[in-house]
Amino acid sequence: MAKKSFYHFLGCIIPHRYPSVEKAVKLVFNDLDMGLLDMDGATCCPAPGVFGSFDRITWATIAARNLTIAEAGGHPITTGCNGCFASLWDANYELKHDEELREIVNENLAEIDREFKGTIEVWHYVDALVEVAGLDKIRKKVTRPFKDVRMVLHPGCHWMRPKLLKQKDDSERPHIFRELCETSGAEYVPYKDELMCCGAGGAVRTADIKVALEFTMQKFESVKEAGGADMMITPCPFCELQLDLGQVEIQKHFEKEYVLDILHVVELLALAFGHEPDEFGLATHLQYQLRKSTPLWEKLGIKVEES
Amino acid sequence: MTSAEEKTAIEIDTPDDSFVQMIKKTGGPNIQNCYQCGTCSGSCPAGALTNFLVRGIIRKALLGLKEQCISSPELWYCTTCYTCTDRCPQDVKPTDVIKAIRNVAVAEGYMLAPHQKTALKVLETGHAVPLDKESWENLREKVGIERIPPNASKYSEAIEEIKKLAKKTGFDKLIAVKEEK
Repeated sequence: MAKKSFYHFLGCIIPHRYPSVEKAVKLVFNDLDMGLLDMDGATCCPAPGVFGSFDRITWATIAARNLTIAEAGGHPITTGCNGCFASLWDANYELKHDEELREIVNENLAEIDREFKGTIEVWHYVDALVEVAGLDKIRKKVTRPFKDVRMVLHPGCHWMRPKLLKQKDDSERPHIFRELCETSGAEYVPYKDELMCCGAGGAVRTADIKVALEFTMQKFESVKEAGGADMMITPCPFCELQLDLGQVEIQKHFEKEYVLDILHVVELLALAFGHEPDEFGLATHLQYQLRKSTPLWEKLGIKVEES
Repeated sequence: MTSAEEKTAIEIDTPDDSFVQMIKKTGGPNIQNCYQCGTCSGSCPAGALTNFLVRGIIRKALLGLKEQCISSPELWYCTTCYTCTDRCPQDVKPTDVIKAIRNVAVAEGYMLAPHQKTALKVLETGHAVPLDKESWENLREKVGIERIPPNASKYSEAIEEIKKLAKKTGFDKLIAVKEEK
């Protein structure tokens, strides 16, 4: 079978704040024989919370412009961000099904000599990993299983919701993301607020950071009640930012200290596949940079040489 | 707002439905399916932490109380997690209704300054979270990838295209409204 390649939609947070995710996904996709192609000149998806709340037509037009870049090359898009997925997948769906919207958007795109044709699909990394590579192949690549490591999950919202539209997983009892994370060998630890939003989305983090952080604290407290965990895994860099950098912000605004390693699922897999944390710069996460700390390697079962 | 505040009866014989029509047109076509069961608010994480009440906003909208809806600061506490949308027994799609009401609010000049700044960043740099400091480029180099990614941070022509699109849709004027109400 020919190697499956995707246009890699970077978005904003992965390339500009959590570049370790960008590097990790390159390692993981390469290990699984899937291609990632640069998407030259892609912009913000645009942020579904702010742009979708401001003006739906502008939101759909800018998203459509990004989609046309992939259409021109004839490959599907993959993104590792629930927010970007929300904009690109939703816009692609709406433009394919709503003729009136498509007409307005294409009139706008004509200004820059582009046209939405509706010829490609949008995939989350999670879809590409589960549906193209497959869990069996992923399990075979795991050379460093996370033995005796307690793992909590934060699946986030926009990959699986709205469930009737996305048709990815049962959003009340999801299992696909969990099964993907469990290939790492870590022990899945359920907690009450697992499916609750991190608090960042819908332009809330921008509007009122303290309200956004209250969501995050509720989740962390819920993890504590479940007996605590060694790491939390998410498929979204905006959630990752909220949960990782958020720990530093919670300390500042609420004087409460939480210390938990937050990994994007492709960072988890990169480690499980035997890559060293330095190969993709796990230690560059913003909580470590600001706290002058390092990941709790020992808890994660990873031996690192002191540099 | 406390219960000690004096409330007056909402006396409406015939609700003005122009606001509802606006919402239906702007992305919340199912708002009139609502029978006020409150599943949305019961499911809402923002509702548990703040005085944001999805059911209340929808009820106000159905009564035609436009100004109350669009000027409410709580309107901006929805994180668009879509839990209410997944649970609504009437397929109201409350999240989409909230977003549609936000669209109307913004069109009428209710816009939070930080949101306006984020929108302006996209027009200036192509990204809501831009590569705006050398330290971010250093971080990229540290993880072993090129200092500037192949997105609008590298291609200025992409930013020009975004500006043209914003001009065409009128978005540039929409976010240029500086005064908050």
